[in-house]
Amino acid sequence: MPESKTVRIANGQGFWGDSILGPIRLVEEGPLDYLTLDYLAEVTMSIMQKLKSRDPEKGYATDFVSLLDRILPTLVEKDIKVVANAGGVNPSACMEAVLKVMRAHGLEGEKVAIVEGDDLLGDLDALMESGETFENMDTKAQLSTVRDRVTSANAYLGAFPIAEALGKGARIVITGRGTDPGLVLGPMIHEFGWTPEDHDKLAAGTVAGHIVECGAQCSGGNYTDWRSIKDLARVGYPIIEASPDGSFVVTKHEGTGGAVTLDTVSHQLAYEMGDPAAYLTPDVIADFTSFNIAQEGEDRVRIDGVKGTDATPFYKVSMSYSDGWKSVGELTVSGPDALEKAKLCAQIVWDRLALDGCEYAPEERLEEYVGAGVCHRGIDGGETDSPPEVVLRMGVKGPDRAKVSRFGPELVPLVTSGPPGVTGFAGGRPKAAEIIGFWPALVSKDKIKTAVKVLTA
Amino acid sequence: MPLAPLSTIAAARSGDKGEGSNVGVLAKSVAAYEFLKEQLTPEVVAAHMRGINAGGVQRYEADNLLLLNFILEDSLGGGGSASLLTDAQGKTHGLALLRLELDIPAELISEQEA
Repeated sequence: MPESKTVRIANGQGFWGDSILGPIRLVEEGPLDYLTLDYLAEVTMSIMQKLKSRDPEKGYATDFVSLLDRILPTLVEKDIKVVANAGGVNPSACMEAVLKVMRAHGLEGEKVAIVEGDDLLGDLDALMESGETFENMDTKAQLSTVRDRVTSANAYLGAFPIAEALGKGARIVITGRGTDPGLVLGPMIHEFGWTPEDHDKLAAGTVAGHIVECGAQCSGGNYTDWRSIKDLARVGYPIIEASPDGSFVVTKHEGTGGAVTLDTVSHQLAYEMGDPAAYLTPDVIADFTSFNIAQEGEDRVRIDGVKGTDATPFYKVSMSYSDGWKSVGELTVSGPDALEKAKLCAQIVWDRLALDGCEYAPEERLEEYVGAGVCHRGIDGGETDSPPEVVLRMGVKGPDRAKVSRFGPELVPLVTSGPPGVTGFAGGRPKAAEIIGFWPALVSKDKIKTAVKVLTA
Repeated sequence: MPLAPLSTIAAARSGDKGEGSNVGVLAKSVAAYEFLKEQLTPEVVAAHMRGINAGGVQRYEADNLLLLNFILEDSLGGGGSASLLTDAQGKTHGLALLRLELDIPAELISEQEA
């Protein structure tokens, strides 16, 4: 392997729902070796378990399969590999769907791999019998308090199974729940032959993965000095140019919009951060205070000197459980006196519900006056008493579905039986939706078996 | 000395962290960072954000990034899908903190205007 070898790894999807143009333009508008795609949020796993329980062929990110249908010929022509956590709670069904699309494109001989072992839902009781407590990391509560309402349970796997899958020649690697930075670290481990003892290099790959895991949020999106960012419509999704020694450059394709600067990258380094000196993953503990960061050219930011230490003996586990119901709805109230009228509207709704014997505790109900300052409530300069119009946004929640459902039908009638100038009700009555609670816990790594499976189209 | 908003000498990014949020404050210069290390204490942040955050405030530092990272422990109305708030992810908390008015030395402000 020549010392100068660098590998280009991009992330084209920051979350399920991100623009499909990100990955399409990444593979078309410049050179690339790996495309990573992040589809999973905590809430997604629970939704996918529900889909799978109704249909055993579902429970993965179907958007991923439609995307591949569009980009597969380019991937093969330019020899780009894909690593995606699109498998959700059903990686094998996702693999079958991908193989079908490959064959439809005449790409027989191409390989698809899945990483399995993260889904613990079926093994929870056996794991508890073996001594795993799954105590809530935040509240210290015992799992027994919600055990019968648990709807998904997944361990955040690391990057080594991804590297193993790439080592077996896979064009496409599909995982279930894993760490987000692992999608980027996996290809580096594969390309450069890093081992679990290469703490500093694994930490470097983790920092790189953290920077790009939210897509365009490191290349000009959601940036404080937004006026300085040009052409966000054609924003370039981020690319890591990784080197075998762990140093890397964050960049984007030439001619794309947005910007990669010291500031746009530092913004993203701060995102979803706890203690920056101890960023925990199953592969390594990365120190985000350890490295050098410098602008080395236009849209090029170099990071080197990242330090890491040995990982803990645990995987983090994310569980979801059914935690009651909620219902939220909106109406628009025009001026004059918009805020005063909107407050009257809210009071009418609560009073009418009470007339029907339906009262909600203060912590079970909310009213917001969007336009008068809801995001920056209580902050000087963040609120106004005289907005020209406001959106009245009301909601309730609680364990009783019938009581939560009673709220929706009392919002619409304000249009004809409230103060004048109430409008904007096009979406129908608000309906009760299930609240999905999260239960963060740990599980001993030695109790979890990961497996890599490869099939050929 | 007239008061000036924190946004004069710093930028910010925020997002959800369980039932709380984190606000990363990124100083625009080394001098601004040193000033903020002294002045932007967890107590100052907690007082400014009291309408948003019902819990405690923790602060972490990353000198290499000129970053002060604040954890607002109870700022999302329950967090995740249990929250009824418009900003259930704390996406706007960074800009809320940047509205904070501070006694900022004139040389730090002129440094930004230069």
